[in-house]
Amino acid sequence: MKAQVIVMPKRSVLDPQGAAVREAIHHHGLPSVKAARVGKFIELELDGTETEAQIHEVCRDLLSNPVMEDYELKVQK
Amino acid sequence: MTEPAITPALIAKHGLTPEEYERVKTILGREPNFTELGIFSVMWSEHCSYKNTRLQLKKFPTTGPSVLVKAGEENAGVIDIGDGWAVAFKMESHNHPSAVEPFQGAATGVGGIIRDIFTMGARPVFSLNSLRFGPITETLPIGGDESPSDQSEIANRQSAIRKNRRLFAGVVGGISHYGNCIGVPTIGGEIYFDESYNGNPLVNVFCLGVLRHEEIARGAAHGIGNPVFYVGAETGRDGLAGAAFASRDLTEESREDRPAVQVGDPFREKLLLEACLELLATDAVAGIQDMGAAGLTCSTCETASRGGTGVEIDLAKVPKREQGMTPYEIMLSESQERMLIIVKKGQEKVVQDIFEKWDLPYAEVGTVRDDGMMRVLMDRKLVAEIPAAKLADEAPVYAREARARPTAEQLDLASLGEDSPQASHAALLQLLAHPSIASKNWVWRQYDHMVRAGTCVPPGSDAAVFLIREAGKFVAATSDCNALYCSLEPRNGARIAIAEAARNLACSGAVPLAVTDNLNFGNPHHPENFWQITECVDGLAEGCLAFNTPVTGGNVSLYNQSPAGAIDPTPTVGMVGLIEDEKHITRSHFQHSGDAIILLGELGQNLGASQFVAVMTGRKVGPVPQLDFAKERALHDALRSLIKSGLVRSAHDCSEGGLAVALAESCISNPEHRFGATISFGALGNNTRLDELLFNEAQSRIVISTTANNASAVLALLEWRGIPARRLGTVGGDALQISVAGHDLTWPLATLHDAWYESIARAMQS
Amino acid sequence: MKAAVIRFPGSNCDQDCHLALRETGFEASYIWHKETSVAGHDLIVLPGGFSYGDYLRAGAIARFSPVMQAVKEAAAAGALVLGICNGFQILCEAGLLPGALIRNRDLHFLCEHRHVRVEDIANPFLNATWTGTLLRLPIAHGEGSYVADAETLRQLNVGGRILLRYADGLGAANEAANPNGAAENIAGICNAARNVFGLMPHPERACDARLGSTDGRVIFDSIRTVLRTRRAA
Repeated sequence: MKAQVIVMPKRSVLDPQGAAVREAIHHHGLPSVKAARVGKFIELELDGTETEAQIHEVCRDLLSNPVMEDYELKVQK
Repeated sequence: MTEPAITPALIAKHGLTPEEYERVKTILGREPNFTELGIFSVMWSEHCSYKNTRLQLKKFPTTGPSVLVKAGEENAGVIDIGDGWAVAFKMESHNHPSAVEPFQGAATGVGGIIRDIFTMGARPVFSLNSLRFGPITETLPIGGDESPSDQSEIANRQSAIRKNRRLFAGVVGGISHYGNCIGVPTIGGEIYFDESYNGNPLVNVFCLGVLRHEEIARGAAHGIGNPVFYVGAETGRDGLAGAAFASRDLTEESREDRPAVQVGDPFREKLLLEACLELLATDAVAGIQDMGAAGLTCSTCETASRGGTGVEIDLAKVPKREQGMTPYEIMLSESQERMLIIVKKGQEKVVQDIFEKWDLPYAEVGTVRDDGMMRVLMDRKLVAEIPAAKLADEAPVYAREARARPTAEQLDLASLGEDSPQASHAALLQLLAHPSIASKNWVWRQYDHMVRAGTCVPPGSDAAVFLIREAGKFVAATSDCNALYCSLEPRNGARIAIAEAARNLACSGAVPLAVTDNLNFGNPHHPENFWQITECVDGLAEGCLAFNTPVTGGNVSLYNQSPAGAIDPTPTVGMVGLIEDEKHITRSHFQHSGDAIILLGELGQNLGASQFVAVMTGRKVGPVPQLDFAKERALHDALRSLIKSGLVRSAHDCSEGGLAVALAESCISNPEHRFGATISFGALGNNTRLDELLFNEAQSRIVISTTANNASAVLALLEWRGIPARRLGTVGGDALQISVAGHDLTWPLATLHDAWYESIARAMQS
Repeated sequence: MKAAVIRFPGSNCDQDCHLALRETGFEASYIWHKETSVAGHDLIVLPGGFSYGDYLRAGAIARFSPVMQAVKEAAAAGALVLGICNGFQILCEAGLLPGALIRNRDLHFLCEHRHVRVEDIANPFLNATWTGTLLRLPIAHGEGSYVADAETLRQLNVGGRILLRYADGLGAANEAANPNGAAENIAGICNAARNVFGLMPHPERACDARLGSTDGRVIFDSIRTVLRTRRAA
């Protein structure tokens, strides 16, 4: 069993890394790219005894920083 | 979009009292609209207006022959260092943002203070920081009996420790990220850990820059008709009303309190720094002001107020990161890395060329007017109109009620444990391992402290010393404050903070020039907190007069409270000095085997307010050591004269942990080579206990080393100057050995070093 | 002897390099990253810092800047190229040197003086010293752990292209002396043609006794000697 967690900066929070990547793409010759945002992708291997609530707790308290990031959790059975 | 109606509830939410709201109406001659209410609320917050402390700050001496720009006139004070060169420096807090998001809070704090410095036209050359956190290690005395009913308390304490470690790691990471990237070395500072900072860490950052006298830039909107430029990062909804946020108590809800945390972009700021300095080197700038707390609001009304002019801006022209921002949001946003520049009419092209070269957004957003109004338009439609000078300078000023705290509990020596050589032996190791005393290498190894090729004395000595190459000057800087002293006897604690800073500079061979301060206190509406403020300000002012060091500016941070109460009063002092000659640079650690170790000052007595008592018993009890400014000054003068005569190999001040800790640090703090020492006290002197002799924190004491041949000359010179002094022993061997009253205490250097050097890393790995 | 310091947006050791070059007898100038030529320079220095903020990977964006094409051409034509810290990262990203620099083993930025051992002197960068010499140089990086595949490491070893290794004060290149987890304690390497040198430590910060070490001078002295010989030839 696997869980996939995507952590992204909140829409309203400045994302300097995303801005730098967008600029680099423009310099690279693709000026049509309007925006880039950079987050994290985390894959967890589970043994199946974890409840979804427990994983959400880990996502909220550890893997993401709720003050400035949102996360998305996908559990694959 | 409809704006909310102005109701008493909305006014209260903006932190304005009914009386303050009446004042707003008087100034405007009408009711404010929503945007104007927001503007008044941030400008009249403590953070921007110092409304609770302005009367106190007037007590500071702010003038002197070397002061080029006085406190309060501009973003930072400027001090003459000779030959046409000057330094601009300041300390500022970012406590509340760091409590909520430690990494970004600390990072944007560094960014803000660096902007303050280059706004003055100075190139930032180094930073310091003064940090306070709750404990990161178990603090209760070893061997305490924990009953089962204490189990939940233990769990709470452990959870607080974990949280403090996260805050500590986050703050250090944020400072490292921002400072390293922008290329301004962080070369020193101080860090303390104490229960009173649980949930409310202090992050005070200091930056110093160098400039020529003729390069001083002013933050005033001069020249009617001059265009107003916005340069730097786009405006987003970051840290909306951060200034107002910093002026309230921290509560459990604080984490949910803000729409968006400010995120720092040091890369952008590096570009902004280079572009602004390049622009200031031209003749195109009439005035420049950074956008820090209260962003666009503060920068427009302050430049207009200083220039005696008005400023009109159109928010539609402001570069924005997000769609659909309202005038209220744009005016109150605290997006980082932005500046406001008043350009001389006809020179717009100079600005455009430079900011295009550096790939930075810029826009002409308005004009300097002659009517004294701060006029804000949105697409040519008026959204706010306020008399600028009244908004900036006529904030309410309060003399709050002050009530003295009862005298602190005084130490009863008999209440301490057994006084034995074994106990003192263990106590020294415990003190050296206490995170407040232990080596901070875990921290400063994460800071680039060598970029700009000027760091002569790196972090870890009494004061950092930096070679400002362009000026050919050696500048020494330190930050100090023993908040434990300030909590017990605020005035005396503040006096000692100044004395210790001056002593640290003297130990490095420097003459103090000037001071910046960062006053960190609890909620000023509590009379006891306000009393602490007045007492500490009095103490600092006395100290500044005594050492001839005017205050060139600083910062006030109030409302440092968590649900558990207010922090210990922490009036942090940043002091800057000059070293006349490279040969006078002196380090704190021993240099050669065979050198004589001499104590300047008394053996001292009384363990009141000592780290020894705090660490061994967990109690904060008085009395605070007494300080005599005349004695202290004479001591510094004597030390400097010895240094100038080439008679001093090392000099280290005695502070937390007393003489024993000072001796141990002199042995082990040289990263290249450790030296043992053999010390003999003979008898206990005036002390009744061994631990009292070793660990008392009597003031006005310095441990120096000198060659064996010079020892008697040094003692004779000190006697002639009336400075009490005695030879304590000799440098050498691979242990610190202290013999006193027939007992021999021996600590192998490796044991001392391990306890002191690895302690914080161990705490952070556990 | 003309040396150019490339300035990327975010470079922050450019001024330190400029100073060290002047103090070791070079005529130094800056070249902005938007320039397309580095002609007329005997030595090209890529300084430390955080080019373009290093937001994607250290050096990843800088390699595409206009000036880098010119640097590549100059390197191919035999000019000496010295990449320090972020400059080393850029050289790896640009393919002028093999391998890559990843985050330090303990994930922290690390700034302190360290010893490095000279492994090879048959190159323009270290010929003024001896193999086995210990240099005490500052390091200051968060992404300085050198990695390369086994074949690349073999080629580097066989070709005598590992120029500096982290070592302890006695000269042993052991695990304890490795500050960042770099493969085989590697602190600096050169290309096969031996005219492009990348290193993580900062020699430009070790050219003034007042700052605690002058061991960095030997690199600039070596380069000057070689260039003088070349010129005479």
